[in-house]
Formats: sequence, C-alpha cells, structure tokens
Amino acid sequence: MSDKPRSFQEIILRLQSYWAAKGCAVLQPYDMEVGAGTFHPATTLRSLGLRAWAAAYVQPSRRPTDGRYGENPNRLQHYYQYQVIIKPSPPDLQDLYLGSLQAIGIDATLHDIRFVEDDWESPTLGAWGLGWEVWCDGMEVSQFTYFQQVGGHDCHPVSGELTYGLERLAMYVLGVDHVMDMPFNDPDAPIALTYGDIFRQTEEEYSRHNFDAADTDQLFQHFKDAEAECQRILDTPADDPKTGKRIVMAHPAYDQCIKASHLFNLLDARGVISVTERQAYIGRVRALAKLCADAFVQTEAGGYTAGAAQ
Amino acid sequence: MPDLLIELFSEEIPARMQARAADDLRRLVTDGLVEAGLTYKGAAGFATPRRLCLSIEGLDAESKPVREERKGPATTAPDKAIEGFLRATGLSKEQLEIRPAGKAEAYFAVIEKPGRKAAEIIAEVLEPTIRNFPWPKAMRWGAGSLRWVRPLHSIICLLTDEGGAEVVPFEIDGITAGNTTRGHRFLSEGTITVSGFDDYEAKLKKAHVILRTEERADHIWHDATNMAFARGMEVVEDKGLLAEVAGLVEWPVVLLGEIGVDFLGLPPEVLQTSMKEHQKFFSVRNPKSGRIEGFVTVANMETADKGATILAGNQKVLSARLSDAKFFWENDLRVAKAGMGNWTDGLANVTFHAKLGSQADRVARIAALARDIAPAVGADADKAEEAAMIAKADLRSEMVGEFPELQGVMGRYYALEAGRATDVANAARDHWKPMGQGDDVPSDPVAVAVALADKLDTLTGFWAIDEKPTGSKDPFALRRAALGVIRLVLENDLRLSLDRYFDGQLLRLRARQNGHDETAHQLLNEMLDEIADHGVFGAAVRTVIDRFDGDTPDAVEQARTEIPDTSENLLAFFHDRLKVFLKDQGIRHDVIDACVAMQGNDDLTLLVKRAQALSAFMATEDGENLIQGFKRANNILSQAEEKDGVEYSFGADAKFAEGPEETALFAALDGAEAAIGPAMEAEDFGAVMGAMAGLRAPIDAFFEAVQVNADNAVVRRNRLNLLSRIRTICLSVADLTRIEG
Repeated sequence: MSDKPRSFQEIILRLQSYWAAKGCAVLQPYDMEVGAGTFHPATTLRSLGLRAWAAAYVQPSRRPTDGRYGENPNRLQHYYQYQVIIKPSPPDLQDLYLGSLQAIGIDATLHDIRFVEDDWESPTLGAWGLGWEVWCDGMEVSQFTYFQQVGGHDCHPVSGELTYGLERLAMYVLGVDHVMDMPFNDPDAPIALTYGDIFRQTEEEYSRHNFDAADTDQLFQHFKDAEAECQRILDTPADDPKTGKRIVMAHPAYDQCIKASHLFNLLDARGVISVTERQAYIGRVRALAKLCADAFVQTEAGGYTAGAAQ
Repeated sequence: MPDLLIELFSEEIPARMQARAADDLRRLVTDGLVEAGLTYKGAAGFATPRRLCLSIEGLDAESKPVREERKGPATTAPDKAIEGFLRATGLSKEQLEIRPAGKAEAYFAVIEKPGRKAAEIIAEVLEPTIRNFPWPKAMRWGAGSLRWVRPLHSIICLLTDEGGAEVVPFEIDGITAGNTTRGHRFLSEGTITVSGFDDYEAKLKKAHVILRTEERADHIWHDATNMAFARGMEVVEDKGLLAEVAGLVEWPVVLLGEIGVDFLGLPPEVLQTSMKEHQKFFSVRNPKSGRIEGFVTVANMETADKGATILAGNQKVLSARLSDAKFFWENDLRVAKAGMGNWTDGLANVTFHAKLGSQADRVARIAALARDIAPAVGADADKAEEAAMIAKADLRSEMVGEFPELQGVMGRYYALEAGRATDVANAARDHWKPMGQGDDVPSDPVAVAVALADKLDTLTGFWAIDEKPTGSKDPFALRRAALGVIRLVLENDLRLSLDRYFDGQLLRLRARQNGHDETAHQLLNEMLDEIADHGVFGAAVRTVIDRFDGDTPDAVEQARTEIPDTSENLLAFFHDRLKVFLKDQGIRHDVIDACVAMQGNDDLTLLVKRAQALSAFMATEDGENLIQGFKRANNILSQAEEKDGVEYSFGADAKFAEGPEETALFAALDGAEAAIGPAMEAEDFGAVMGAMAGLRAPIDAFFEAVQVNADNAVVRRNRLNLLSRIRTICLSVADLTRIEG
C-alpha cells in the first residue's frame, strides 16, 4: 500500500484493517434500510447491558430528503458510514481514532485536527451522548460520541462510538470536488469505476421515487403495520412452547422499529407529514425503540441471567 | 506559606463552558478551604480546551487549632441527659469539666480541635468539588461512575513552599493526583513534570500550550489584524467569536485566506454568517471597497509547510459552502426580481400551526392588523400592509432555508430586488426585532407597525387556542413576543390601547375559522369594522347584533362570550411581563399592581408613566407618609362604613370643622383637587404626585389632633365624609390599597 490511498474502496479497506488490528470484530452491514450506522443493532442494542463489545462495520445509509438526483457535489440520499463501537469506551479512544486517520493518509503533523463540541441526540432512538465533531482543516470528518442513554436506558458501561462520513472523508483525502468523480476502485485498474459510474443513476431514480413517486397511502399503511408487528412480537410470551426455551424476540421486533423509522423518512421526503405531525411520528418510533431496548435487556446478550431474575 | 497548583486534564472541553468552569473551580475550592479554616492570599482559575487549572498563592500550611466550649446539663441532671450530652460531644464523663453555672454546677465540654495539614484539607475539598462540579452537561465514560464534562485523564495537585513541592495524596475513581501533565496534543510528546505554577505555565508554553485564555485571544487578534493590515485589509471585530476560537485552541496559529472572486458578489451578511457559523472564520474587509474579501482562520497547529495544507483545506471547505450559498442566492434573485410571487403563494402550503392555519393565513392577519395599527404609530397604512404581506416571503427562499438566522436580512435584499420602497424593504428586515434583550428596537413607523402586528398576532393566536406558556415551557417564545411589544411601545413612546387590537385579532381568527359560514363570517367582519371605527368590543358586538335580523350564528355568540375573557387574560400576561421588565428599573410589583388597577391599563406607556411617578413619589418621605395617612383614613372609613352600612362619599362641609387642623385639611383637599384634576388630564403624573405630597402634612396633623369618631353624630359623619375625600383623591391617582407595607 502506498502512503496515500487512491480510491474510495481503499479507504474503506484501510479502515477495516486498522480497526481489525485494534481488536474490533469487523461486521457486515445490516441488511435493512437505515438512516445511519447507529441503527445497526450492533450499535443500538449492543450498547445496552454490561457485556463488553467491540465492532466496526460499513453501513449503507439512506436519507431520502437528501436526494439531489446525483447533481449536488456533496449530497446523496444513499451513502456510506463507517461505524466503530467499543464498550466500555477505552481510555485511549481519541488516540485510537487519530491512528485511524493516519491509516487513511491524514498526517496529523500537516493538518489541523480539532475536537469541536457536538452533542449527539437521536430523538427516534431515544438516545443521546456527548462528544465532538472532529474537524480536519475546518471540515467535519467524523462524529465522536460517548453514549449516555439508548432507548431510554442509561448506558453503563458507556460505549464510545465513532462515525465516519465515508464519502466526504474520502473526497477530502483523495482531493476530489464532486462525489460522482471520485474513483471507487483503483483509477489504474483495467476497468476503472468512479462513484458516479456506480451511483449516479440510482441517485436519480431514488430521488424521483422518494420525492414524487412513492405511494404515500401504502407507506402510511406499512408504517402502521410495522408498528403493530413490533408490538405484537414483543407482547408474545418469552417462553417458547415449541422448544421449551425462554426466547425474547428483541431483534425481530427491532427490525420492525427500523422499518418504521425508514418509512417515516420516506413520508417526510414526500412532504406529507406536517410540522406538528412530525413530532408525533418521531415519538411513535421512539416508543418502539424503547420497547425493543426493554426487551433486549431481557435477553442473554443484553445481560439477562436466569439467576438474576429470581 | 505554600502555594497550591491544581490541574484537571481531560479530553476537549466545549469552548463555551471553559471560562465559567475555571471560575467555578476557583470558587468551589477556595470556599471549601476557607470553610475548613485555611486562608490564602490570591487565587486564579485558567482553562484551555484540555485542562482546567487553579493556582492559589499564600495558603496556610495548616488550619488554626480550634477550641470549643459547650455547656452541658447540670450535675444534678438525670443520667439520660448527661449520656445524651456525652454522645453529642463524643467525650467520656471523665473528660467533662464541672464549673459553677448560676446557683448550681454544670458539666462543660472542652473540645480541642488541633490544626490540620493543608494537604489533608485540600484532598477533602477537591473530592466533592470534582464529583459535584456544576457543568452545564456532564457525562460518564468507560466503566466508571465519575461524571465530568468529557473523560478526565489526570490530575495535578501540588503544594509548594521553600522546602520544595509535595504532591497532595488524592485519588478519585482510579485517578491518582500527581505532578505531571501533557502539552499540546500534536506539538509535544510525553509527559511534563512540574514543580509549581510558574514552572507549570512556562513548561506548558514550551510544550505549545498557552495557558491563559486572554493571552490566546490577544495573540489571535494581534496576528489577525497585523496580517490583514499588511494586505491593506481589516478584520471585522467579533468578540463572541474571538472568545469561542480562543477556547478551541491551545496554540493559536492565525492564517489569512482570500475568498474566491466568484463569491464576492454575495451580500456581506451571507459571507459573514456562512464563515462564522460553519467555519468559525473571522471576516476580513477591504476598507476601499467595503466588501468582505478575505477570512481569518485559527488553527491549533504549526506545520512544516507553514499552514499551507491547512489553509488550502479550509479554503476548499469554504468554497464548497459558498458555492451552495451562491447557488441559493442566484435562484432566489430570480424569484425576487419576478416579484416574489412564488414565495408569497408558497406560504399557503406551509403550516404555521395546525389550529392557526398556514403561514399565508398568518400573513393575511398580520397585514390586516398592521393596517389597523399604522395610524397610531404614524405609519402609512398602505405601506404597513404591503410590508406585512412580504415580510415573511423570505422564509421560502433557499438562502433562509439554509441559514435561518438570515431571515429578514435576506427579506430586505429580495424586497429591494422586487422593486419595493426602502421603508417597506427595511420593515421586512426589522419586523422580527427585537429578538432578544440586547437587540435593538425598530423606530421606523412602517417597521414598528409590522413588528407590533406580527407579535400581537402570534400572542392572540396562541391565546385563542390556549397554548400559553407554563412554568419553564414556552415553546412558541410568547414571553419574548410580549416583551418585544412592551419594548416597541415604550421605546417609541407609543400610545396604543392594546385591548382593541387583541379583540380585533381574535375576531379575525374566528372569522377565518368560520369562513364557510357566510353569515357568521360577515357578522364577524362587521364587528371588526365597528371596532376599527369605535374601538370598543362590547359596543361593537351589540351594534352589529342589533342590526342583524334573525338568530345570531353560534360562532358570533361564541365570539361574544369568549373574546373578552381571552383578551383580559392576555392583558394580564402583559402586565406580568411588564412587572418583570420594570423590576430591573427598580419599580416594585405592588406599585405596578396599584397602577394596573386604574382605567386605561392597556396603554402601556401611560401605565409605565404612572408607575414611574408613583415609584419616585414613594421613595420620598412625603410619599411614604402620605400612603400611611391614606391607609389610616381608608381603614377608619371602611370600618365605619361596614358598621353603619352606609357609604360616606359626599357632603363633607367645612362649616362643621372644629379645629384649625380640620379646617386646614379642608383647604388642602380643595387645593389638591384643583391641582390634580388638570394634571391628570394632562397625564402629568409628576405634578399629580407633587399635589399629593402637599396633603401629607395636613393629613398627619389632622389625625394627630382630631378624633374622627366624635360623639356628635353630625361631626362624625362630616369627618367620615372628609376621609372619603382623601380616599377619592388618592385613588384617582392609583389604587394605593394595593401598596404593601
């Protein structure tokens, strides 16, 4: 590997190797539509309970309202986040993070790297934390958060979360001005592909769909269905008659919460949710997230032990 | 005498919290030390992005011994009492002394507390200081339970005197105090061992950390202005930004950059806002062109390429931001030059509040009200209406969508592009004002009319749907809106009867809600016209209903019954806000209550004039005594009226006066009445109070010499009627019964 990465994928690969070397389990993206890497159950659910945890992964993320038909140099309705979550947050997390910047070719002796106050809050997840946005020469390259609460539960121990906006970070490292011009694979590869070769058309298609074509009646219905299904799953008694085991279905329920959240985002992009209704919808998703968090702490991964319950 | 150095080294502390935290650290520790019996000569707190520091000079090496004596029970007291005393003092019976106490003997406890070492006390004070530190927001990290603003990494706690330095034994959640710290995150390596404050500050500077915030700020300002000057430019002063930036760096390195020529045509406010809010850049102005042509950014880093990479990166980020801004500006200009119709039409699609309709509905109400108010504030009614119609248009512009803080400022630019008159365009900018306590108040009549109409419409709207502020909750900033109205009225010396505007706006809301019921709609509109002509709600309603032949629709009936209550409640809210506002001027709440009880209390200028005069009067000896005299008169009179079941309100006759004091009071009241009447008419409250002051001596003398409840029934009745004149005169000025004390 040369000192400077040459493509988008090389930056991802270097982050993967770096965090693998630092002991994180390198996971794969969650197989559902989410608004941010935080929604991956590896972050939301695993930040709850006492068990130690360390994971890193790429998460494709969707923000329907940010679609610009592939024309804006920086805005996309589908983009990638790189997410690192470590519980308990290690004392040298800032240094580990700075090491990751070094790994992707940002030389700290040449740049101005700053931790600027930015408290993180996710009203849909009932979560908040304190931390910073990290600036490199005046540009925000990551979000750095110590989780304090998720799904209404206090985080104890506290997880440290790092989120890199991959496109923006890569554009800076690679010196590219328009995201669609960014080399995705090696620019000298026999078949060199840019980000635009892969995503320009889909940005256009999804922008049209998100803003004008998505069937809102159906989306409203799907939202209600996901909400009802989430609750139904969680209302099911923990004892499974078939296996005779205690199986709390926290993850399947949480899938429905993720769905509801994405459906809300789509409805929002369609402009059919008024300002006042907006809060109510966010509250409904948050209520599901809280129920799922409540359920997760009743599972083994969430720290439940049969002995403790008695 | 030793000196003390404390450093709390953590991950990056938010800039806005640093100054306060340095001060809190100094206060909490010094208070604790003094409480425990240690005095000191001087103390100072410091903060950088990664550390809070406290330096205390001339601290006592140990606290003074304390000898405390406590008297216990008598020697003859029951055992239980003696046992209790032993428990309370922690002594045994043998340690007690027996001393004479009065006629008997009693036990005495003599408790000697030896002096304690400073180190021991410091550790005791530091523990709760850290645990309960008043951060605006604190957090936990890792698996610990300690709370700090961001993870706390190390602590210096060092006592130094001629003999050398000694680390104060102290540990909290696994962090043991020592004598080492770290320098700049990137410009220094390893730990630094320090021997005292001077050594600490000097070594930090070598390790690229400037400890003092003001030194960092001075350095930034000095370098920024010098660099700008060298290029014939000047830095736009921004003290808030300077303080913030000084809190973002330990080692400020100032870099000056140029704004790309493509962006120089943007309005200066756009350039400044974009650079300040997103990038924390200072704006650099070319004094010849008056344009913003450059920026200053402050890095926390010295690099081999003298900041070239950093500056290039910042320039690139700025270009991306300004490209967006330029794109918005150009799109917006097209709409503006076409008359802004797209935006004003578009307001119909934006909900202001589910129960109050769209932004377009709101604008229509504001425009109607601005028209109503215009004559009272000296504005042209057509212009006020026109300005109100376009005042919110920029909310639909792309620039304001991106930079909400530019609302109004952009409105003015776009209104000018749309060919509107200057005062109309200025009103689009200024009608939001005053936004906060420090904000200035518009004085141009058109802007004043729209600013008042905007705020009054918001208040009446949320009052109508019963969304009033409660406790700390005020999501629609209604308190600020009311304060805005108060300041607009008082600072422009406006004479407005707010009540009729409340009623009018509440009716407008109803008329719109009942737009489908033509009869109701028409009747409500007729009432509005009546109020506009005559200004009294009740009379207007009666006139219209009398004119109407048939059953009054429900909406009209509801309006008739509900609007007066809502108006009254809103006026009471204004009076509450006024009390808060006037409290800062030293006017007591009961003084305001006394004035609010008078007619015309919806005219805030009149109300305040009256309150100021009364407050000044009450600060004089005459005023204070007159109020006592009034209260005495009022009490005697009220008791007699209650006892006799009649009201003594007329017919005091000087011919029944018996002594010179009583005769003198008759004369004084005649004089006061003659003076007060015209003075009230002229709203010259100073003269009114002067006339009242003249009553003080005769009233005091009267009470001194005369028995009101005389045996002679005729004399008694005459005197009660005389007291009634005192009451009437005093109450004509303000309701003095509401004055406390």
